[in-house]
Order: sequence, then C-alpha cells, then structure tokens
Amino acid sequence: MNAVVEPFISVSGLRKVYRKRDAEFLAISDASFEVAPGELVSLVGPSGCGKTTLLKVLAGLQGYDAGQARIGSTTHPFDPSRDIGMVFQQALLLKWRRVLQNVLLPAEILGLPFRESRERARDLLAMVGLSGFEDKYPYELSGGMQQRAAIARALVHDPKLILMDEPFGALDALTREKMNLELLKIWKQSGKTILFVTHGISEAVFLGTRVIVFTAGPARMADNILIELPEPRTLDIKTTELFGEYSRRIYHLLGME
Amino acid sequence: MSDATKSRAAWQIPPEAVRRYTLAIAAHAALILIWYLVVTYGRIPTFVLPSPVATIASLGGSNYHWIGNTLVTASEIFGGYFLSVVIGVAIAILFSWSRTAEETAMPLLVTLNMIPKVALGPLFIVWLSYGIMPNTIMAFAISFFPILLNTTRGFREVEPELLELVRSLHSSKWQTFVKIQLPSALPYIFSGMKVGAILAVAGAIVGEFLGSARGLGYLMLQVQVTLDTPAMFMAVILITLVGVVLYGAVLGLERLVIVRDARVN
Repeated sequence: MNAVVEPFISVSGLRKVYRKRDAEFLAISDASFEVAPGELVSLVGPSGCGKTTLLKVLAGLQGYDAGQARIGSTTHPFDPSRDIGMVFQQALLLKWRRVLQNVLLPAEILGLPFRESRERARDLLAMVGLSGFEDKYPYELSGGMQQRAAIARALVHDPKLILMDEPFGALDALTREKMNLELLKIWKQSGKTILFVTHGISEAVFLGTRVIVFTAGPARMADNILIELPEPRTLDIKTTELFGEYSRRIYHLLGME
Repeated sequence: MSDATKSRAAWQIPPEAVRRYTLAIAAHAALILIWYLVVTYGRIPTFVLPSPVATIASLGGSNYHWIGNTLVTASEIFGGYFLSVVIGVAIAILFSWSRTAEETAMPLLVTLNMIPKVALGPLFIVWLSYGIMPNTIMAFAISFFPILLNTTRGFREVEPELLELVRSLHSSKWQTFVKIQLPSALPYIFSGMKVGAILAVAGAIVGEFLGSARGLGYLMLQVQVTLDTPAMFMAVILITLVGVVLYGAVLGLERLVIVRDARVN
C-alpha cells in the first residue's frame, strides 16, 4: 500500500509573461509539478528558460498570469513571510557587517529573539564549517566561504523552503563539487525542502531527488525526472552508468547531444 | 608569539604608516624651504612674493583681526556645508522612495546646477544683505549638488537581489532603508561629501569677494589695495587650514562609520 504524501509545493499550469511596453516575453509557459516536503528538487535548463522567474514567483516576489502556485500543506503549513530562505549566485553578504551579523539579518528583520537567534547562527556557522569566522568581515573570506555564510543566513530563521538560484555558479569547479557535498549534508541534517536552480546538468542530477528540465525559446517545462541514485550520494556515483543515463537523458531534452 | 605581535600592533603605528607620514611631512617641509630659498636668494620683492618668515610675521598685525575674520569665514564654510549635507542627503532619500519625485525634480535641479553660482552672488546680497548669510548660501549652492548626485547614485546602486532577499522576508520599508539602503549608500555619500567640502570653501570665499564686511576673503581685498602681500598669503593659508580641518573631519568620520572594504575611493 502506498502512503500518499500531500505535496508541499504544487504548481499547475503556471504561466508568466513579462511585458515591456509593446513587447511581450513569455517567461514560463504552463509549468506543472509537485514537490513533497523534504525533497531537494533541481531545476535545470539554459539561461532565460524561466527557472529564476519560477523561484521569484514561489518567493512571492512576482505575480503570474495564469495557473496556480501553492505552497504548504496541512502537515506542513507555510507562512510566506518567514518560511523562505534564499541563496543567490552572489553571496550578497553585507560588506559592513561581520559574518555573524550577516547570518542574523533575517532574524533581525523578522524580529526573532536575539539570544536564541545568535546561538542558532553560531550553530549554523559551525555546520557550514565557518566556526571561528564569526567576527570576520566578508572581504576576509574566500568565495566559497562567503557562499557558506549565505547558506547559513538562509537557514537562520528556520524556514521550511530554501530557494537557491545557481548558488555555486560563481565558484571554481573543485570548490563547487565540495559545496555540493556540503549542501547534501546540510539538507540531510536540516530536513528542509530545497529548490535548486542550476545550469549544470551533472550538478542537478547529483543533488536532486528529482530534476525538472526546462527548455528555452519558448520557455517551457520539458520533463520531471525522478532520480533514483543510491544514498548517501558520494562523488563516486558520478562515474556510474545510471548517473550517465540520467545526464544523457537531460542533454537529449536540451537538444545538446 | 602571535599574542605579542597583536598587543604591540594595538598601540604602535605600523612602520608602513610611519614611512608614509614621514614622506608626506618631508614634501611639505621641502616646499616651504624652496619658497624660503627662492625669496631670500632670488631677490624677489616682498610685494610680489613674501618669504615664509614675513608671512608668519603678518600674524602680529593687530588691524587684521585674524581670529575674528577666520571665525567668520569658518562659520560660513561649515554652515553652508552642513546645509548641503543635510538637504542633499534628505532630497536623495526622497528620490530613493519616489521615482516620480526623482524624475520630476532631477531635470530641474540639473538645469539649476548649470547656473554659474558665482553669478547669483549679487542677488544673494540683495536678498539677504551683507554678512554671513549670503556667503553661507553661496557655500551651500556650490557644494550641494555633488552631494545630492553621489547620494542619489548610492541609493540606486543597491544590489537588486539584496532587496529581493529582504522583501522575501516581508521587511518593512524602514527596515530595508536602515539595514540595506542607507549603509549601502554611505560610501557614495562620503565621496560626495569629500568633493562638497572642497567646494564649500571656494563658495564662501567667492561670496566674500563679491561683497562682505568681514571674513578672510574680505580681508584679502582690503590689504590688496596696499599691496600687503604677506597678509594676503597668510589669509590664503588660513582659508586652506579651515578647509583642511573640514576635509579631515569628513575623512575621520568616514573611517569611523565605514568598513575598509566598503569605502569608495
């Protein structure tokens, strides 16, 4: 017997058009998918395929023209003002704040109790491997370390959903692989639902419980692939036949054989 | 050992800074020395180029009222500058809140800025009569615009994704302003303030040249008649010192409030 899990995110028939004077630009045409609580779903596709727009819609930063985008379920209620954590391609740390104060920003905005938030921020910094860097300024950190701090910041208010927009896109290849492993660890430890936008196919397959593929021109959702790779995922699985099969399938969908 | 290094660094000036300050002071001293040698051995008449000694000696002249005149000029400079900073930053904040306000007022302000401020001097005197007021307004008129422009730009250069980040947390307008926009703009505000500080000095002196009864600029016109060049030199030096004090204060404040990496040079 199958236990039916109520989806945490359910998007159906979503359509988003950007209008600039007379010109119209279709950012998303008809996206439909569901995400179960605790999933890490990769959204992959070329630039301009609407992945980032989709994240902004889910974050409540942008409206949409047709369809539905609903977050939250009876078992996992969702408060749009405090259940979203965001990570961007740039770490976007505030230059004038020390690392700990940067991590605390969401807690400050939400007015969470100071002492507990500070403890939590310290714990999170330890989790992302930045113990001892609490009092450094962002410019004293490497790019990878800045991005770790940004991840800690996205977690500090204990949101249910983390939206990541190419968070490792600006890092060098080795750091990026390291950060992928870190992210899997953080995801396992925190149990958050994560949407991960990337245009790295290998990264998408390696991280995702599922990969949703978008194609550009016109933007549309091409496939929603369940990734059944052995857990826990280690870098070794990238060399397996199954991993290659998933990657080939996505390359094929993106017309890149 | 690293502790020892740390505690020493806390009170000792780093050798690199010592070197830089030494060179800077040496350059200044060299200029004064060359000035002295040229005047002494070049047989240049005092009314053309007074020696450093003659210039300093002019401080003793009782009818120059150095202290009073310096205070008048300084208050015009500081007053006009203070107005510029307050009004310039306030208008820039208004612009950051309302795009319509910026699009309406900015072209007008750009046009007004095209007016050579010096040409307004006689009008200021008609409106405000002789005294500190018209010269303060002149200092303001000249230093206001760069402060407004830089600050406006500073508010515009805030990372849009940073604003999205806080908007996704439903931050209030005030929170966004205090936590993100204002600190992001501060380096630009200070770079405008540094330009403005130099211009405010020029504005006040031009104002005094155009018409006034007190101040260092006024004094220069008075002693010019008698070719009292040492006093004119001294007046220029005092004006410069007032400017240096103002600029130094702005620099000091900048170091106090802005983290090194965030400064705009």
